[in-house]
Amino acid sequence: MSLDLPLIWAGLIATAVLLYVLLDGFDLGVGILFPFSRSKEDRDVMMNTVAPVWDGNETWLVLGGGGLLAAFPLAYSIVMPAFYLPVILMLAGLILRGVAFEFRFRGRARGRPFWTAMFAFGSILAAFAQGLILGGFIQGVTVVDDRFAGGTFDWFTPYTLLVAVGLVCGYALLGAAWLMWKTADELHGDARRWALIASVLTALFLLGVSLSTLVVHPVVAERWGWTGAGFDMDRFLPQLWIPLLGLIGFGLVGWGVAKASHGWPFVGAALVFLSGYAGLAAGFFPYVAPYAVDFRTAAAPDNALGLMLAGTAVILPLILAYSGWVYWVFRGKVTPEAGYH
Amino acid sequence: MEFDALLLSRLQFAFTIAFHILFPAFTIGLAAYLAVLEGLWLWTKRDAFRTLYLFWVKIFAISFGMGVVSGIVLSYQFGTNWSEFIRLTGGVIGPLLAYEVLTAFFLEASFLGVMLFGWKKVGPRLHFLATVLVAVGTTISAFWILSANSWMQTPQGFEVLPDGRFVATSFVEVIFNPSFPSRLAHMLLAAFLTTALVVGAASAWQLLRNRDQPESRIGLTMAVGLLAVVAPLQLLVGHWSGEVAKEHQPMKLAAIESYWESKANHPLVLFAIPDRATQSNHYEIAVPGAGIIVAPPDEVVQGLDAVPPEDQPPVFLVFWAFRVMVGLGLLMIGLGLWGAWLTWRKRLTDNRWFLRFAVAMGPAGFVAVIAGWIVTEVGRQPWVVYGVLRTADAVSPVTAGSVATSLLIYISVYAVVFAAGAIYILRLLDEGPDVGRVEPSPEGLRAPGTPLAAAPDEAPGDPK
Repeated sequence: MSLDLPLIWAGLIATAVLLYVLLDGFDLGVGILFPFSRSKEDRDVMMNTVAPVWDGNETWLVLGGGGLLAAFPLAYSIVMPAFYLPVILMLAGLILRGVAFEFRFRGRARGRPFWTAMFAFGSILAAFAQGLILGGFIQGVTVVDDRFAGGTFDWFTPYTLLVAVGLVCGYALLGAAWLMWKTADELHGDARRWALIASVLTALFLLGVSLSTLVVHPVVAERWGWTGAGFDMDRFLPQLWIPLLGLIGFGLVGWGVAKASHGWPFVGAALVFLSGYAGLAAGFFPYVAPYAVDFRTAAAPDNALGLMLAGTAVILPLILAYSGWVYWVFRGKVTPEAGYH
Repeated sequence: MEFDALLLSRLQFAFTIAFHILFPAFTIGLAAYLAVLEGLWLWTKRDAFRTLYLFWVKIFAISFGMGVVSGIVLSYQFGTNWSEFIRLTGGVIGPLLAYEVLTAFFLEASFLGVMLFGWKKVGPRLHFLATVLVAVGTTISAFWILSANSWMQTPQGFEVLPDGRFVATSFVEVIFNPSFPSRLAHMLLAAFLTTALVVGAASAWQLLRNRDQPESRIGLTMAVGLLAVVAPLQLLVGHWSGEVAKEHQPMKLAAIESYWESKANHPLVLFAIPDRATQSNHYEIAVPGAGIIVAPPDEVVQGLDAVPPEDQPPVFLVFWAFRVMVGLGLLMIGLGLWGAWLTWRKRLTDNRWFLRFAVAMGPAGFVAVIAGWIVTEVGRQPWVVYGVLRTADAVSPVTAGSVATSLLIYISVYAVVFAAGAIYILRLLDEGPDVGRVEPSPEGLRAPGTPLAAAPDEAPGDPK
């Protein structure tokens, strides 16, 4: 029996990107919420909840990018030029917020407020740019002769802007839920309020994006059985679990916020993202460069995929184990007294 | 020269990679140094080693963060600016880059958190293990990325399909290509030298103010010990690298030596203004007979005339970058030997001229590393994969306007980040190892009234 290597790699990269979205999502979210915090001390605590883990979280983005390069070079070489400027903006945002972790602690009178602002600005910019890329991905990419052949600003449409703002709200929800989990007292109360507001906004944008996707994009609409006047239930019902999962997620967030719970809102927010992710996957599987190149066409030669899979099978469980261990080491609430002053 | 997407993309890649390489060049060596310091502390229980560790780990945290974020840029730039390169060679070079992420980046990133923030969360042995794993991660990272780069210099183990795409015939040959062993050794030694020069300069700076600063005496002695051994060794490894280039990339060697004619018994050119237009050197100063360090007498060395001018690398840049690198390398050997002599005479910290020289040599490693990479990368031109794929055929289908915009964004962001990072690092270096004397507090709780209650709380990574 031979393994279906392209399919396995499509699954692995999809998993890496999902982990990235969930993990860096909450630490980007913490940055997005920075402008709403009350005091320097609160911001210190907020940053300390993610400081030991953000670097590991962001590595999933490198694996997503590097994995796409290695496993589906054709898709990588089409998608990156297609989203040239949003990718650059995302990287600029990630640079500014990434160095802010250290620089904010080193800065003095002028440096500290500047890097506080850069942490927020970079987080918002990175999240927004990721939203533009995501929206552009759903819109589809113009491909001629295995190369990107669209315009410089194809990714700039009302639809992609809607997705981008929605993603910023979604990350804010993850960040707020994370803070409810990791903080106590007054900050926990603030996080609770942020989670409420962010979940309402995320729900509205998710609904808006879902409906406009059906209108904007016929391929996705067809997948979901949307006929223009109603849903073809034979196509829609088997995928009904996806929106239901999202509803359960929002329900958990709402219930957790109402109860001033600690862990449940984060579980709920993660389910919301899982639902959105599954909805996308149902919309454009098997394309990796929508809607021109599918994952089989884009795949690297089997010997390359096989070589990587041999290593991944051993190393990925190890990575998951020690990443999990790091979270375990830094478990529990972060408070001003117990922090790293 | 037209500012098209190709030229702008090359400028952007040169700028972003030159910026990035500064940090790995420093952190590879520094991570190993930190592992040694922490190991010595656990072994000897001497507080000086802990103080040095807690001092240098703060500088490591800043440098490493800058290395991480500037490295992410590169992994995406292959796609944004060099998509044709990846479309064609991704099936060969991709696994090497993927293995770098899997075996190195996760290891470094995860254990860095423990290293910087886990001082009181895990036991000393586990913390030491985290430091060692970060150091191992940086070295594994160098292994893969240098393997990928070396394959672009001396490609083998692949075939080109009719549609132009590359497919590997042997990944062992791809990974262990001819220029890889010498390049890996050369780069790792360069990283150790860069770190030793910075540690030496920082220690000498403190000793110029206070010749009894105990940690700085240890730091300077360790740096001198490393320089005295590794700097001469690097000369030999560099020569090995040159021999590999002579065999596999003759045009790179011709550019390094500015040899325009293929012949035997070349002189050694010390000074020249190479001119591609006239295909000759102006104002050449050469030593007849000294060419034997390039090739034995009577061995014909290919000159740039062996290929048409459009296939020649830019000679001026390669020739001069090489001389900057070698000149600095010789100064490093001088510093190491002088320091070893003074150590033997037990006068290392007394000689103020030596201390000043050590301070002045602080940035030499960075300059030499960048000069060396200019030799390597510019010397490969006009090829992205030597002899197989031209740089001009590797560029993305993006507009010059897009690339100009992104280059402007990178320059502005890096200028701010670099300026701030340099200030924060220099400030710490100026404060000296005393910064490392305060141990991070156990959970931040100190009994009021104790001497430490007034001391600032500091974690190794980030006091604030």
